[in-house]
Amino acid sequence: MTDAALTTLLDQMDADIASYLEACVHCGECAEACHFYLATKDPKYTPTWKLQPLVRAYRRHKAPLRGIRGMFGLLPPEVTEDDLRDWEELVYDSCTMCGRCTLVCPMGIDIAGTIRKMREAYAAADIAPDGLKQARENVEKTSSPMGVTAKALLAQVRHQEEETGLKIPVDREGADYMAIFSSHEIMASPEIIGAYARIFDRAGLSWTISTKAYEATNVGVQIGSAPLAKKLVRRVVDEAERLGVKYVVSPECGHAYGAIRWAGPNLLGRSFGFEVIHIIELLDRLRAEGKLPVGDKDGRRMTLHDPCQIVRRGGLLKEPRNLLEGACSNFVEMKGAGIANLCCGGGGGVSANPRAEELMIAAFGEKLKQIDEIGGIEAVVVPCANCRGVFEDGLFEHDRDEDLEVISLGQLVADRLAGDAPPKPSE
Amino acid sequence: MTVLQFLEGPMFYAAFAIFAVGAIWRVAGIVRLGRKPDLAPPKGSAAAGWFKGNLRHFVPRGLFAERTWMHLLGGYAFHLGLFVLLVFAAPHIAFFERFTGLSWTALPRWGFILAAEFAFAGLIVLWVRRFSDPVMRQISDRDDHAGSWLTFLVMLTGCLALEEAHDALRALHMGLVNLWLIYFPFSRLMHAFTFALARGATGAVYGRKGMNP
Repeated sequence: MTDAALTTLLDQMDADIASYLEACVHCGECAEACHFYLATKDPKYTPTWKLQPLVRAYRRHKAPLRGIRGMFGLLPPEVTEDDLRDWEELVYDSCTMCGRCTLVCPMGIDIAGTIRKMREAYAAADIAPDGLKQARENVEKTSSPMGVTAKALLAQVRHQEEETGLKIPVDREGADYMAIFSSHEIMASPEIIGAYARIFDRAGLSWTISTKAYEATNVGVQIGSAPLAKKLVRRVVDEAERLGVKYVVSPECGHAYGAIRWAGPNLLGRSFGFEVIHIIELLDRLRAEGKLPVGDKDGRRMTLHDPCQIVRRGGLLKEPRNLLEGACSNFVEMKGAGIANLCCGGGGGVSANPRAEELMIAAFGEKLKQIDEIGGIEAVVVPCANCRGVFEDGLFEHDRDEDLEVISLGQLVADRLAGDAPPKPSE
Repeated sequence: MTVLQFLEGPMFYAAFAIFAVGAIWRVAGIVRLGRKPDLAPPKGSAAAGWFKGNLRHFVPRGLFAERTWMHLLGGYAFHLGLFVLLVFAAPHIAFFERFTGLSWTALPRWGFILAAEFAFAGLIVLWVRRFSDPVMRQISDRDDHAGSWLTFLVMLTGCLALEEAHDALRALHMGLVNLWLIYFPFSRLMHAFTFALARGATGAVYGRKGMNP
């Protein structure tokens, strides 16, 4: 193994990681929570098995009493670069870092967080899927994994101004809220920018979008590079502090929220001069304050997909449900909804990894089964742009794209505002 | 000094010392690695999460229990049965009293038999699952099998020695107990202590996020 990879791998091992690796009793429960195992029944997708290179490095270099084990020839062999390459598929293609395995684990082991640490070694050795490497390259050039430039953003903003008839503030100093978006939202569903404009206008919020820090996606977190993750968080933090905003609004994107809200201060080594708030959190706060009067409710039979990084690992469990209660009249929960909900199959960089597409679509099949168990669902609310992309691809591949609509929560809230007809889509 | 006296005397002291020092050394070695302070503004208490995490993972979540019922039944039966045998079997209490002077009410014979049956049934279920289930075969290693076998033999010889009719049976049991104690700190049997660290670590992280781990 390269020195950089081994050093990085060993650097990740703190008391938490050590306690996880020490406590695993190989009970195999985690397999029953993993959508990749459920979809394929291949034992190699058992979550704890994905940690093997880390386990071996820990036992050889860090584990207490390793000296005595060594005297009896019981230390595992050194992890080699070939071992890392052999495990690359398990670490990147078949783990969305969704954390569902932690719920079923009798030891409460955070396998998702440990995979995230393992990816640091892979990134240090430059062993990563081509799709994520390409995204990293795009970020270096444009700050966006999809290569979205400030010019492209401004074009979408102007277009949404025409759609909504509202002025969308850009680079406004002294605004209270600075909204950031994922590339997927900006390019594939720019109407979400218009939805923000309508909601914030109705609530009377002072807000802005920055042309220097508009991208929320953090490829550093996905590929496993703390230096890159830090750089991307710093870009948003510096701009938010320069503009003097009170809040940065994290978009409907799972890992982006965790990257800036929970990992951000630790990556930068300091707290921020503003508060990070998720758009769902903000909408629920505005709802509670009576600033988002609801008009006609959506009457379709709907359910909610809980994005893992927002709900299970992000802590926003009640907020989306509060909003749905106000926005739709026929809301039904899935079995296992909330903290134990199944992942879409494409988080943690999997959807950005073309090599993993077949596996991702198979894993999405488990999600689809969960929805189908309810019966008669017409639309599924998906408050994560990446999950929405996976849903759209997955429904298409499973020939279900005609009978199940996928909608953003922000969009739904905006469309249900009292006395505010949704803008008609332009040609 | 007879073999039994040696196994219950100097050998037991040595085995227990290795067990105690080894277990403390291993737990301290984990804790000593430390962790960086979390600078993200919390939504809840990490300390409360630590305790909640430890308690929450004693009980399976309903959704998963449906899928893992065999392992759950085996796990509960084995661990509860073993705990009862270890703490409430009359010979164990007498043995403990010899060293500490402390004593408490022992299980009646039928209670011992019942606890032993639960423990054996549970251990056999877990062991059968370990070599028959494809997932378990993939992830199991020598330590998993050695720990199971050693524990099984300790329990079996303990039952054989219950009547205390033959010193040889009691010596066999004590010899295996000593071996089990020596093996313990170097093996996955340490999960008896490390479970609290792992559950607590996750619980603290979830607790800070205002979540139930």
